[in-house]
Amino acid sequence: MRVGGRAGGGWLYALPPAALALVFAACLPAIANGEVIRLAVDWVPSLGIGLSLLIDGLSLTFALLISGIGAVIALYASGYLAGHPQLGRFMLTLLLFMLSMLGLVLADNLITLFVFWELTTLTSYFLIGFDHASAKARRAALQALLLTGAGGLALLAGFILLGSAAGSLELSEILALGPALQEHPLHLAILLLILLGAFTKSAQIPFHFWLPNAMAAPTPVSAYLHSATMVKAGVYLLARLHPAFGGSEAWIWSLTLIGAATALLSAVMALRQSDLKLTLAYTTVMALGTLTMFLGAEAPIAVAAAITFLIVHSFYKAALFMVVGILDKQTGSRDVERLGGLAKAMPVTAAVAAAAAFSMAGFPPFLGFIGKELKYEGALAIASEPVLVAGTAVLANALIVAVAGIVALRPFYGRPGETPKAPREAGPRLWLGPLCLAALGLLFGLAPASIADTLVQPAVAAVLGRPATVELALWHGINLPLALSILTFALGVACYLGHRALRNRLVALEARLPASADGVWDGLLEGLKRLAAAQTALLQSGLLRRYMLIVFATTALALGASLIAGEALRLPAEWPGPSLKHWAVTALIAAGAIMAALARTRLIAVCALGVVGVGIALVYVMFGAPDVAITQLLVETLVVVLLAVIMLRLPQFEAGPEPRGRRWDALLSIAVGTAVSAVLLAVLAAPLDRRVTAYFEESSVPEAFGRNIVNVILVDFRALDTFGEVAVVAVAAVGAVALLLGGRRSQGSGERP
Amino acid sequence: MSSLILRAATRLLVSLMLVFSLYMLLRGHNDPGGGFIGGLIASIGFALYAIAHGTGAARRALRVDPPAIALIGVGVALLSGLAAVLAGEAPFTGQWWFLGAGPEDKGLPLSTVLLFDIGVYLVVVGSVLSLVLALEEEG
Repeated sequence: MRVGGRAGGGWLYALPPAALALVFAACLPAIANGEVIRLAVDWVPSLGIGLSLLIDGLSLTFALLISGIGAVIALYASGYLAGHPQLGRFMLTLLLFMLSMLGLVLADNLITLFVFWELTTLTSYFLIGFDHASAKARRAALQALLLTGAGGLALLAGFILLGSAAGSLELSEILALGPALQEHPLHLAILLLILLGAFTKSAQIPFHFWLPNAMAAPTPVSAYLHSATMVKAGVYLLARLHPAFGGSEAWIWSLTLIGAATALLSAVMALRQSDLKLTLAYTTVMALGTLTMFLGAEAPIAVAAAITFLIVHSFYKAALFMVVGILDKQTGSRDVERLGGLAKAMPVTAAVAAAAAFSMAGFPPFLGFIGKELKYEGALAIASEPVLVAGTAVLANALIVAVAGIVALRPFYGRPGETPKAPREAGPRLWLGPLCLAALGLLFGLAPASIADTLVQPAVAAVLGRPATVELALWHGINLPLALSILTFALGVACYLGHRALRNRLVALEARLPASADGVWDGLLEGLKRLAAAQTALLQSGLLRRYMLIVFATTALALGASLIAGEALRLPAEWPGPSLKHWAVTALIAAGAIMAALARTRLIAVCALGVVGVGIALVYVMFGAPDVAITQLLVETLVVVLLAVIMLRLPQFEAGPEPRGRRWDALLSIAVGTAVSAVLLAVLAAPLDRRVTAYFEESSVPEAFGRNIVNVILVDFRALDTFGEVAVVAVAAVGAVALLLGGRRSQGSGERP
Repeated sequence: MSSLILRAATRLLVSLMLVFSLYMLLRGHNDPGGGFIGGLIASIGFALYAIAHGTGAARRALRVDPPAIALIGVGVALLSGLAAVLAGEAPFTGQWWFLGAGPEDKGLPLSTVLLFDIGVYLVVVGSVLSLVLALEEEG
């Protein structure tokens, strides 16, 4: 069956997420009772990696947001991209992304969580770069992938350290240890690595710049990834690990300071933009900073503020992004300076925008108001730095009030703007989703108790690792938070009224800044490329001589250095008395080697090396290894055959290394030979462990029915090794033939016979 | 290289070397020899043939493309290893059959180990000849 496309059945894509949302909603009563649902399937039991899922207040809150908003977005996208030839690909990636995100928040195993974490990175790469014909989208996608991918690597390292420190990879077991983990010597390293992962994913300063760039994605993606979900993965991780890491000095200060800096700076940046989508993107960064800042705290009321704000933000931000998408689609522009007076043409969109913006600005009776009051209450309850947190919150919120006005009032009221397309109201598939979200913002605001007990309270308990009581109410009485609220509105309205002047100031200021984060990123990337090019030019010269020089010099250095560093340089206690024939063979080998080094023609050099090879075969014969001796002789023969084949085509021997280069080659050969001999002597100096030899001698005939122990080992005892080796030989041969043929084809001298 | 002496001698030598390579392959389990050594001898034989009569003649004598021989060898070795799995043992455990064994007589020993060695033989022949023939044809 073909779903979507021009047939207009694209809304069916919204069904799977909606069904998932219902399943999660069915878990609500149990979770509200303080239960925890756990499902586990063994995955890699030998490594302690399980596909275990954990549903508690925190993960359920996230899961509901992800699947619920996912359904809304899928519906919206089916309208937004209706008729797009690649709607199916888009929806598939979107659903994959949603499932990865659900896996991330439900995982109860660090490795499982990491796998889903990386999957969200990958799927978001495809989503941001959906419009792959645009260089801007490709750049943004790659930037997000590299940055969050690098953070992901740090996270993996942190998780592995955490797993070894806690003795378990299961999150529930790690969190049960509580703050005891903070005594571990590796605590700081683990914390820093994990924070690096969380901060890159959640776009905290100085990694904030990828998120606004990711606005190159289609608007449904921006609404989903950058409001409700992906960027909150980092916040989720911080909340999840709060019971184990929360409360330490490092945790409190890094989260509070970085969160506060991110919130303030991005709120200012939001005001500087005139593109509505970019404005919203920066307010998302502001929200993430705020969440991070509050998760740094220990006080239950601060955590409750974070969780409530998380819910509020998901509702209004997804709705507003979709509104901007509607504006973009219906008018052809999303520049605030070109939009105006649209309320008449688009009444529903205007109403949705107003409702969502009221929640964003924190006007009563919307849920946003409760969220903001809680923020102030929580900020004041923080023992260590209430002034900093509260001050940041007030300033950032004031700017957000102004932004809410810019997004929800400017385009819809006032003088009509000049838009590329004549505005008209969008279809229900476009406005229904944001309408629902905006309505929920109002509904929960009027009846806050409906989410207080079922979602916020269990989530707060999960973040704190102990039971907590949370009460949400619209009216708190006349107190300091209310006063701060009024101050916020006053500041916000002032900012809104003067936002044009402010923006011009900010644009001028930005032009005078010495460097932008984006510029630094480009510089870093350019430097990395140059480093790669330099080291490739150095190591990959394409000259066989150079490669061999590097390989042998490394061998000699590594062997010699480890022998000296390990103080393993010793000689065998007793030397066997060498007989005349041993001396004779040694002299033969030495003569061959010297001759090879002095040879003036290639033929002589080859012959001299052949002498060395045969001499070594004689050594094998003398010490009772006929198999090895035969192989050695045959290989020598084969070398002669090969050289006979290619001799005439090789470049002139004399033109090769000049005398000085030869001297260095000889020195290097002596160094390698000395190092290998020293290793062999050191091996002989240690008492020989004959247990393995004895085992093979005993069991070769009775178990493998063979008297030739070497061959029995090759084909029976260690057959798997041999199989690996012959597979490598075959693959190498096929590859070499392909190279030879390829070289010939590219020279254009015909096909193979 | 169109030396009459070489061509005449090769005809004799190559057949001898091929027979000898099979002999080395089969005796390997009890005496010096085995698939690797046997394969080397056989490939030197074919290489000699290619030098005397040209690579086209050598390819015709081989009948199968050398890289294919190498990959068939890998397949044979893998199959011999998997036979043990069918018998319920770990992969690459040798399976033995003694045909016509009596109280005095051990019978004719056949085993997957021999099959494995044949696989190794084919890999060596195929790989070495792939290289030798391709190098000889180059340029």
